[in-house]
Amino acid sequence: MKPFEYAAPRDEAGVLECLSPEPGHVEILAGGTDLLPLLQKMILTPRRVVNIKEVASLRRLSADSQGVVIGAAVTLSDLLEAPELAPCTALRQAIEGIDALQLVSQMTLGGELCRRPQCWYFRNGHGLLADAGRRVVQGDNRYHAILGNSGPAKFVHASRLAPALIALDASVRVIGPEREDEHYLPLADLFRTPRHERERETVLLPNQFLTHVYVPHPEGWLNATYEVKHGRGPAAPLAAASAALLLEGGRVADARVVLGHVAPVPWLSHEAAQELIGHAVSAETAARAGQAAVAAATPLSQNAYKVDLAAVAVERAILKAAGLPTGGL
Amino acid sequence: MKDQPHLTLPRGGVSRRAFLKGSGATAAAAAAISGTTAVEAAESRATFVAAETVSIELRVNGAMHKVTVEPRTTLLDVLRYRLDLTGAKPVSIDASSGASTVLIDGKPASANVVLALDCRGKHIQTAESLGGKDPDPVVKAFIKHDAMQCGFCTPGFVVAVRAFLDQHPNATKEQILNGLNGNLCRCGTYANVIMAALDAAKGGK
Amino acid sequence: MPVEYRWPEQGKTAVVGHEQDRIDGLAKASGTAKYSYDINTKQMLIARMLGCPHAHCRIKSIDVSPALQVAGVVTAKPMKEAGAEIQWPGEPLAVVAAETEAAASEGAAAVQVEYELLDVYVDDTDRQAAEAAGRTAKGGQSIELEREPGEDEDEAEFEEREIQRLLDEAAKEGVVVEADYGIHAITHMCLEPHGSTCEWLGDKLTAHLSTQNVSGTAGQFAGPLGITADDVTVHCDFIGGGFGSKFSPDAWGVVCAQLARETGRGVKLMLTREQELKIAGARPSGFIHVRVGANKDGVVTVWDSHHWGTGGPDSGSIRPAVVPYVFAPPNRRAVHTVIKTNTGPFRAWRAPDHPQACALSQTAYDDIAWKLKMDSYEVFRRNLHTTRLPDVYAAEMEIAARLIGWKEKYHLHGQGPAEGSVVTGLGMALHTWGGAAHDSTCLLRIHPDGGVETSLGSQDIGTGTRTVIAMVVAETLGLPVNAVKVNIGNSKYPPSGPSGGSTTVGGVAESNRRAAQDALVQIFDLVAKKLNVSAEKLVAAKGRIHVSGKPDQGLSWKEACSLLGMKPLEVRGSYSRRENQPSKLSSETVGGVQMAEVAVDKRTGVVQMRKFVAVQDMGLIINPKTARSQVYGAVIMGIAYALFEERIIDRTTGEFLNCEIADYRLPRLGDIGEIVVELYQPESEYNRGVVGLGEPPVISPGAAISNAVANALGVRVPVLPLTPQRVLEAIKRSNV
Repeated sequence: MKPFEYAAPRDEAGVLECLSPEPGHVEILAGGTDLLPLLQKMILTPRRVVNIKEVASLRRLSADSQGVVIGAAVTLSDLLEAPELAPCTALRQAIEGIDALQLVSQMTLGGELCRRPQCWYFRNGHGLLADAGRRVVQGDNRYHAILGNSGPAKFVHASRLAPALIALDASVRVIGPEREDEHYLPLADLFRTPRHERERETVLLPNQFLTHVYVPHPEGWLNATYEVKHGRGPAAPLAAASAALLLEGGRVADARVVLGHVAPVPWLSHEAAQELIGHAVSAETAARAGQAAVAAATPLSQNAYKVDLAAVAVERAILKAAGLPTGGL
Repeated sequence: MKDQPHLTLPRGGVSRRAFLKGSGATAAAAAAISGTTAVEAAESRATFVAAETVSIELRVNGAMHKVTVEPRTTLLDVLRYRLDLTGAKPVSIDASSGASTVLIDGKPASANVVLALDCRGKHIQTAESLGGKDPDPVVKAFIKHDAMQCGFCTPGFVVAVRAFLDQHPNATKEQILNGLNGNLCRCGTYANVIMAALDAAKGGK
Repeated sequence: MPVEYRWPEQGKTAVVGHEQDRIDGLAKASGTAKYSYDINTKQMLIARMLGCPHAHCRIKSIDVSPALQVAGVVTAKPMKEAGAEIQWPGEPLAVVAAETEAAASEGAAAVQVEYELLDVYVDDTDRQAAEAAGRTAKGGQSIELEREPGEDEDEAEFEEREIQRLLDEAAKEGVVVEADYGIHAITHMCLEPHGSTCEWLGDKLTAHLSTQNVSGTAGQFAGPLGITADDVTVHCDFIGGGFGSKFSPDAWGVVCAQLARETGRGVKLMLTREQELKIAGARPSGFIHVRVGANKDGVVTVWDSHHWGTGGPDSGSIRPAVVPYVFAPPNRRAVHTVIKTNTGPFRAWRAPDHPQACALSQTAYDDIAWKLKMDSYEVFRRNLHTTRLPDVYAAEMEIAARLIGWKEKYHLHGQGPAEGSVVTGLGMALHTWGGAAHDSTCLLRIHPDGGVETSLGSQDIGTGTRTVIAMVVAETLGLPVNAVKVNIGNSKYPPSGPSGGSTTVGGVAESNRRAAQDALVQIFDLVAKKLNVSAEKLVAAKGRIHVSGKPDQGLSWKEACSLLGMKPLEVRGSYSRRENQPSKLSSETVGGVQMAEVAVDKRTGVVQMRKFVAVQDMGLIINPKTARSQVYGAVIMGIAYALFEERIIDRTTGEFLNCEIADYRLPRLGDIGEIVVELYQPESEYNRGVVGLGEPPVISPGAAISNAVANALGVRVPVLPLTPQRVLEAIKRSNV
């Protein structure tokens, strides 16, 4: 670890004051489970680290008749315990998928959404894009992207909660650069596929930060997350999907299907949703939606198997949301 | 102390609220969140800043300790090198092994990914606090079921089981199999840990 | 009359064979046990090394001076010189010592090195490609044929023709399996990385070294440091895993001692996790092409195989002598080719060669069952006559089959019922290991106040050595276990062997039983004189020395010891394999049978352990509690290499990609299913004395689990670990 200055502001304005417009100069510290290893390996070498856990507004979770407001520094274990989030099964299942009590009690919602990729080329110091994607293409890409990978970014987005929250139609509040700047955007729009090394995986400017997530009550929306995991514990799933379904008269009136760990962003599949709308949920329709979700997949040299896994994840998330048996382990 | 590079910080500006993408949900979000952040100003206090080494107080296993730390010093470093409490182990660079598990204000955390400065005023409990003359039932159960081999993962596992049982005092085997996957063991003591956790759960505390 | 060293009859022991908690359990569980990583000396420096980022290169220049500019860094030195060729990634190039770990890491990263990149070769799976690239060497072969060549016949030609004839015969009358199998390299990944904390007092070195070899490492420090072994004390009370990789101080241990000498301060140098995976030990990979022929009853008549793999830049993999594994069919040929790669060099990994050999060959035996549409159990059973322990295996197979419910659950390969996309299957494998006691000496001291302590330069690698030693002495002297103090982990104690190859419990039991029996003779003599009875009639039991059958006619242990006068009684116990075998206290060679039940999701390729049964013989069991733990642990380590772990190397650059725990997959508590351990100890086993246990049960899981997956799917997934990717790809291939 390189030396850095430590700051712990007490309010949101204080956080903004600590940020810098220069990329890489300041890193935000929440749970620390992702940042600390990156500091240890000197993948990130900020001049300042800003702990946002002492900002009261960021640690608050509250609900009104419409939905739940969650501060960025609220821990995942607090989310699991919040009765207001009980109907958000997709979110709960995504948190349970992390499968490590230390991580769940340390990680924060904001930190989880902003987790850096687990890509081993990135983590071993070859840059986010690993020589404009060349290392990944020529090297070992068994865990890399199968969708949205035509540019230099070949990693998969690391967030496990984002697919669930996007399926639940969450939006986020971002503030900065100026203290009066307040932006609201759908969570899906927070993420982007970086095109060069100076870009990160979110649209946030270096002097902006994510303060809150808003999750509307999923009234009537059945929702679930399914992860294909190679064993228990916190290792990333091989593929995952979250589905939210609005049923009317036994047929799907609206649907949102989001895949995780298949693309450099959480992958919202309109194709899968379209496949469902107007039909009753069954093993057949779920399978069709799974196939539709991966129809445009462009696997790399070693990860064609992930196309099958992604399709199965979508299929099973849909069945799970609808309360039908998934037929798997 | 050396001069620290000072960062240029943006200040002031025109008040504005931007809806990058208008939708029902984001509008609702704006309404809901602005309600919760309005109280901010009243709570506001000065930012804590540490440019170089500072002295802080930590409460560890009930005793107060004054230690000098750098901003980059981890809680694990403080425990192991300053307080000679070496039960929490450095096993992984990240939080995926559970070997450095301690309780911070009662909640399980991997001490290797926690900065010491984050722990100002917090109460840290390590595996050592569960031993002594009258060991915690979890420690006793680990001994009884031989839930250790080389033992390097064991203190972290013990603390994790303690934290888990605090949340699930009557844990079933199913819950144990789903609840204790954050700790890594290389010797293969899991079968014994399951028995120990089940026993400690039944024994209660 | 010379003392006859032997164990009490089975069932007549007070301590040995009874469940005993570890005597260091509290220290380990509550974090007060001090490992090498935990030793903090006054004014200690922390050292970190810079590892080579390239798999194959030449060092053009190396400059440590930038490290000295880093705040907190005290000293830095190169470990390689300009011109040195580096053959694997992570090889240490320079070392930096600093006031804190953070400063040391920062300093190591600041060292400036210029590299000349050289060609990298890492593919260990393709033998032809490696041959074409000139990266192979002959690895030897083993051959056994029933018939002999005629007098004028060329031997090689005859072998070729004879093997072909036997295979043709099998194809006509029985079955031939021609297939490829493989198992990737894994690392030791000790949770406590390799390293030491070194301090000097004058010109004497104390090295707190994480080692499996307390008595054998002092000299390894001394030579390179220009001192003699008597000036070195190696100390290791607790070691956080070794598995065969921690027998030496290594270059980094010596450099740690050098830094300590140069700075006049204690220095701690432990590898980082990344370095631990990259340079501190790996198990060789193995890949095989095999043709095996059997008659219609499933009895193997001929085996012909060629296997290859890598153990690093200049070594290969599995000795041909253990292929095929356990079974020695009447006609067999095993050829081995070494593939030289730019990967970290291998070290002995728990039961060297055996797990890979088992996974490469008992899978082929199982495929005979598949092809013949026979029960795998039958095929294994009908080939037992070609093993060295047919009766032991037969008995253990029956027990294992009963415990797993083989008869009730077994179906032919791929013929079981499916629930959704989930199918289940059973598989089995057999193993063997020597496990003879290593040489050991101990010093047993009995104090006039009754205190008992034994000292030996052994170590507890997690098996419960301390506890076993205390039990043996307590049993012999008729005392409770907590009356015996055990001093191990220091090279100044009488030498005892390194803990490798399942040799420790036998060794320390030999030396301590001998010492305690000898000591007891002397105590008996004193008591006999005092009580005016014959010494031959005395026994030691329940804390008393008394006339056999008359507990009242005797002295308490304490009273007996007071007869020693002022000086403690010191007895040296010594065992050497060369001088003391045959011994009634220990012997060698065990079998072992394991069966796995798995569920496989055909759509995701995920394999889930349902049940695993391990039946294991080990001669006389001293502590069933820790013995059982060894078997549980071995099985779980086996599940790890069967389903999860592998070293992943970038095929272009040779970089070790999954060198952190987040990426190096291992099973977790919820992954192991139900494990049933049966310690097989009929009187015939007990009477053999102690045989080592650590290695054998780690051997079979790879083959047993692979066979269970093949049985579930009706498709062989040929290469371990059986990741979802490999399972799905195998299913796809089979559908083409």
